[in-house]
Amino acid sequence: MSPLLEVTGLRVTFPTAAGPARAVDGISFTLDQGKTLALVGESGCGKSLTALSLLRLVPPPGVIEAGSVIRLDGKELLALDAESLRRIRGKRIGMVFQDPMTSLNPVFTVGDQISEGIRAHEKVSRREAWERAVALLQEVGIPDPVSRAWSYPHQMSGGMRQRVMIAIALSCQPDLLIADEPTTALDVTVQAQILELLDRLREERGMAVLLITHDLGIVAGRADRVAVMYAGRIVEEAPTTTLFRHPTHPYTQGLFASMPRLSGARDRLVPIRGTVPPATAWPAGCRFHPRCPSAMPECVTDPPLLAVESDHTMSCWLGTTTRK
Amino acid sequence: MIRLGWSRTALKGAWEQPGGRRGLLLLALIVIVALVGPAFLPDPASQPDLIRGALLPPGFGHPFGTDQLSRDVLSRVVHGARISLSVALLAVALSATLGCLVGMVAGYFGGWTDAVLMRLVDGALAIPRLFILLLLIAVWDHIPLAALIVVLGATGWFGTSRLVRAEVLRLREQEYVGAAVALGAPRRRIILRHLFPNALAPVLVASTLAVGDVILIEAGLSFLGLGIRPPTPSWGAMILDARSTLFTAPWTGAFPGLAIVITVVAVNLVGESLRDALDPRRL
Amino acid sequence: MPGWLFSRLLQAAATLAAAIVVLFFLMRLAPGDPLAQLAGERQMSLQEVEVLRARYGLDQPLTSQFSAFVRGVIRGDLGTSISQRRPVTRILAERLPATLLLGGTVLVLNFTIGIWLGVLQARRKGSRADRWLSTLSLTGYATPSFWLGLILVWLVAVRWHWFPAGGMVDPLRSGESGLPRMLDVAHHLVLPVLTLTIVSMAVTMRHQRTAMLEVLGADFVRTARAKGLDEGPVIWRHAWRNALFPIITLFGLWLPVLVTGSVFVEGVFAWPGLGSLSQEAISGRDYPLLMGTALLVSFTVVLGNVLADLAYFYLDPRVRR
Repeated sequence: MSPLLEVTGLRVTFPTAAGPARAVDGISFTLDQGKTLALVGESGCGKSLTALSLLRLVPPPGVIEAGSVIRLDGKELLALDAESLRRIRGKRIGMVFQDPMTSLNPVFTVGDQISEGIRAHEKVSRREAWERAVALLQEVGIPDPVSRAWSYPHQMSGGMRQRVMIAIALSCQPDLLIADEPTTALDVTVQAQILELLDRLREERGMAVLLITHDLGIVAGRADRVAVMYAGRIVEEAPTTTLFRHPTHPYTQGLFASMPRLSGARDRLVPIRGTVPPATAWPAGCRFHPRCPSAMPECVTDPPLLAVESDHTMSCWLGTTTRK
Repeated sequence: MIRLGWSRTALKGAWEQPGGRRGLLLLALIVIVALVGPAFLPDPASQPDLIRGALLPPGFGHPFGTDQLSRDVLSRVVHGARISLSVALLAVALSATLGCLVGMVAGYFGGWTDAVLMRLVDGALAIPRLFILLLLIAVWDHIPLAALIVVLGATGWFGTSRLVRAEVLRLREQEYVGAAVALGAPRRRIILRHLFPNALAPVLVASTLAVGDVILIEAGLSFLGLGIRPPTPSWGAMILDARSTLFTAPWTGAFPGLAIVITVVAVNLVGESLRDALDPRRL
Repeated sequence: MPGWLFSRLLQAAATLAAAIVVLFFLMRLAPGDPLAQLAGERQMSLQEVEVLRARYGLDQPLTSQFSAFVRGVIRGDLGTSISQRRPVTRILAERLPATLLLGGTVLVLNFTIGIWLGVLQARRKGSRADRWLSTLSLTGYATPSFWLGLILVWLVAVRWHWFPAGGMVDPLRSGESGLPRMLDVAHHLVLPVLTLTIVSMAVTMRHQRTAMLEVLGADFVRTARAKGLDEGPVIWRHAWRNALFPIITLFGLWLPVLVTGSVFVEGVFAWPGLGSLSQEAISGRDYPLLMGTALLVSFTVVLGNVLADLAYFYLDPRVRR
């Protein structure tokens, strides 16, 4: 079966006073129907821009470079005209953004904002769209949805607002749901609820999910595959359990080493030394090499993409030697 | 001192913006012309040749032509720049001072003082400034220049006082003021050293923009015959004079008006770039 | 009546009261004796002056003058015009419609074209259209309305004869009514409206552009696009609806501008409204008339601000509590 989403060689650049910032620099991945892919990385690695590119919502002056390929069900998204693009947004691909307070329009009711999305794609009456909005509110776990639909965003808590955003994203039964740091702006206690909600909805609807996050912790048990991004590139990609058991790229290993865990003996967290370089001045070759504890002379040239196992790839010179 | 360094940053910030740079250059040019120009130009009051020298179109000897009394229009416009600019600057300085005083008093002391002052300010703001001016000036037959400046200054501080009061209220809540009080610093020092410098930025921006407003208002008053009266060459008065000759000799009225437009544009460009440069989001 | 409305109206009344206090004391405190002025101009005898003084109550102490004045205002009596020997209220009522016509037309044009241009500038930020319009609005704001009016009269009325140079109706056709008269008035309305609109629209455009630019970058606009909405609703329903608020505030601030501008423009075009009335009151040293006009104008400003607040309340759910 062909994958639902195919991204090849995606490049997003921003013109800056210091030269072009290649924020996303040649990303490729695929996502099958009904599966979840987690895109993990620190802030500034380009993961949010990747997500925005899929809907062609990259904010100007950012540009998706020619040569990038994004295919949804075989259809080339970057070649679509405005009207066809509009029909994809919301209908085939739904997106949940990071900050629900600023992502919802403060002057319209919650029910209004959901039904608006429905009416944009389907020929239904206002009443019917409203009723469906109320049903969606129920589905995302908002109590008393009938009266809550008349609320304004500022009258709701952060967790509830995010549920509303999810309701909006799902309103037209999309095949793909992109969740860009869906829980980062929320309290810890609420985070788990939202993630579970996403899980449940995904199973019930058989959607594919692209989960963008900087937090490896929320990925375990939720994603089928994980792709680790650093400095505009994917450095390692594997099924979740494999990645957690055998992280091979030094950056991935560094991420795991710096994560606090409940089990296992650990006296100190080991941070990755150094900081992420600016997108206008990526290091030559492997971008991680200035911070890498295992850096070698070869690292100043681009490392090859290697297959550690059949479904586990990573790009690092270490893989070409017999070192573990 | 803090204030000097900060205003240099403000100017630098304004210079760095394209609009600000143009405004500053234009304004500098206007000021230089106003200061130095009169030395090279004929006496604006002289009426050399009433019979054949009147209403001459712009030409070699008179780049802006002459008016009905054969006075050189260019010279009058340049002298008018001196007058309009100095009147506006002095009036705005007065407004800024009054506004700061009232705003600080109202904001710091609060209570009844604040309530009464601000209610009166609201009332004054409800009356369009022109009407306040009309009522004040109409008593004079021929208002002396100093009185005009005072009146202009005394009617322009209301908005500034609200601004300053808001800043004072905001800053009062900040912790370092509480610390100063706890350390036993006298009230006056708290106001002057802590509250005042912070409120300066918006006042500076508002005052710069106010200069443009005052130039326009003063021109309007002079046009109504209430401000600076002929034969003094203020731009508004020149336009008033030109009313009878405008249709046959448009240069008599067109140039003074253009001078107003260019000057106010320059002032506004500077003011707006200052506002952008001092935007708290940038600092 | 809802609580907020009541307190807002109370506030407006207090502001108006303060304005009345300010107006009254402005006049009385201004140096010079108004009656002495008048006496000098009309060469009245000392006796006549005293009679006038008693008639206008100017021989009473200040406080009783003030309370008499306030009582009069509450009753709807704004005194008698010195120059026209008629009740001020009657004169104001006669001249108000002309100003309303002029001001109303300018208001509508200002807020439709001005808003549309401001939004256009924001959407095409940095483009040539944006830069040209910015220059235009900057220049428009800096242009004295009376000068612009004179220039327009010279060019359009005197040189090209497209529109009349002044007045509200053609004096030779004063017997007309109905449609021909309306067209005549409209014909005379064009130039004054054009003058005032150019000057006031500048302000609207700049504010709308700034507000719109801020909103266009907002996250919820991105959400609207992600939902698959057409660009039209994204711009107008989502972005603009939020960029509306500074415009409402502007409306409250704009009324004084309209009033002030119309003083000059009505004068230049001999438009028989309140603006030109003010000029006549000045030259006739007619204080009751001037006061009455100032009062009416202040009332309009306060009313405008209350309406703006009402609009805010209606449009912004965050304000409602």
